[in-house]
Amino acid sequence: MERIPILRMGSLLLVTIQVDMHDRLAMTLQEDLTDRIVKDRAKGVLIDISALDIVDSFIGRMISNTAAMAKILDAKTVVVGMQPAVAITLVELGLALEGVSTALNVERGIAMLAQRE
Amino acid sequence: MSQDSTLQLAGLIKGNEAALVDELITAMRNKLMRFDKASESEIRQQTAQLLKLLELNIPKTTTHNLNDSIWAETKQLLTEFSHARVKQGYTPAETASIIFSLKEPIFKLLRASLTDQPQQLVEELATTTALFDSLGLYTIDVFQKAREMVISRQQQELLELSTPVVQLWQNVLALPLIGTLDSARTQVVMENLLQKIVETGALIAIIDITGVPTVDTLVAQHLLKTIAAARLMGADCIISGIRPQIAQTIVHLGVNLEDVITKATLADAFVIALKKTGASITNSAA
Repeated sequence: MERIPILRMGSLLLVTIQVDMHDRLAMTLQEDLTDRIVKDRAKGVLIDISALDIVDSFIGRMISNTAAMAKILDAKTVVVGMQPAVAITLVELGLALEGVSTALNVERGIAMLAQRE
Repeated sequence: MSQDSTLQLAGLIKGNEAALVDELITAMRNKLMRFDKASESEIRQQTAQLLKLLELNIPKTTTHNLNDSIWAETKQLLTEFSHARVKQGYTPAETASIIFSLKEPIFKLLRASLTDQPQQLVEELATTTALFDSLGLYTIDVFQKAREMVISRQQQELLELSTPVVQLWQNVLALPLIGTLDSARTQVVMENLLQKIVETGALIAIIDITGVPTVDTLVAQHLLKTIAAARLMGADCIISGIRPQIAQTIVHLGVNLEDVITKATLADAFVIALKKTGASITNSAA
């Protein structure tokens, strides 16, 4: 079954979404990620969505939920690399991802998480 | 309507063009507000051309449906005629009335030549009216279209003109907004801003609303949308240039700007932006 890889970088987890997200994949990712946060005792999660050029409300909510779950497990989530079109779509859908940190690219995201530690 | 009756009309126009144009001009002098020598000679020339074309085309057809290919040349002429009037600032009514005013002198000619054939006179009058009505209406149509083209071109220009995104400093962008924000403009502003954030890697965007005349709930909502989209790209926004009246309006409307940094002037916003990006300016003279 198709899975999105979760890479460990020190105390951070890096998730790079390179394929079109469908709902099943999103749910699997959510499960895998929460498992890994607990297992690796991760302090931060970077979700790189620079390759994602289509979002719907489900994916938007999934990102928002994942961040909330990570927060309960004491890991800060940063969503990085969002495309302008995706940002506009999410805002128009009324999903401004309140409570989720964002950064322009992975480098900035890592810097942001490093600051917190 | 019979073939004969239309022939009669064409025949009447032939040989009487000069008289018809003269009468039209006299009528125009009384009707039109602005009527100078320049437009007189232009109208003279154009109506003479129109009469020539009518003379040629009326005998060819019994229908006065302008979609017929026979009328293509006439329509072309009317289009030019109408466009010239648009440029000179005529109203659609004035433009069409030039065409309609041709009816009166033509009726006069018909009455004079057909006094002894009342039956045919009635038919001729009906045909002529139908023809000139459709010509006049066509002029109005074209006139309106020309106006709409001007308006849409200006809108486009306005859209392009009014949405610059400038880089003030490393990692700091400024977006000076001028004029009212409607949905279409917000879309363009948003796209420009996000694109620039990607290009420059900016961390802070200052939205300056000094040039926005009024802020209502819709404008505020558009601003908040832009800010939310920029935040999703990892850039924070500062709103600057809020005039006292606008601050009052925002509070009265109950718009929630609590999560957004707001400053009275662009200078203040710039200082905050520098602080946030870790840059600073020192005065070397001191």
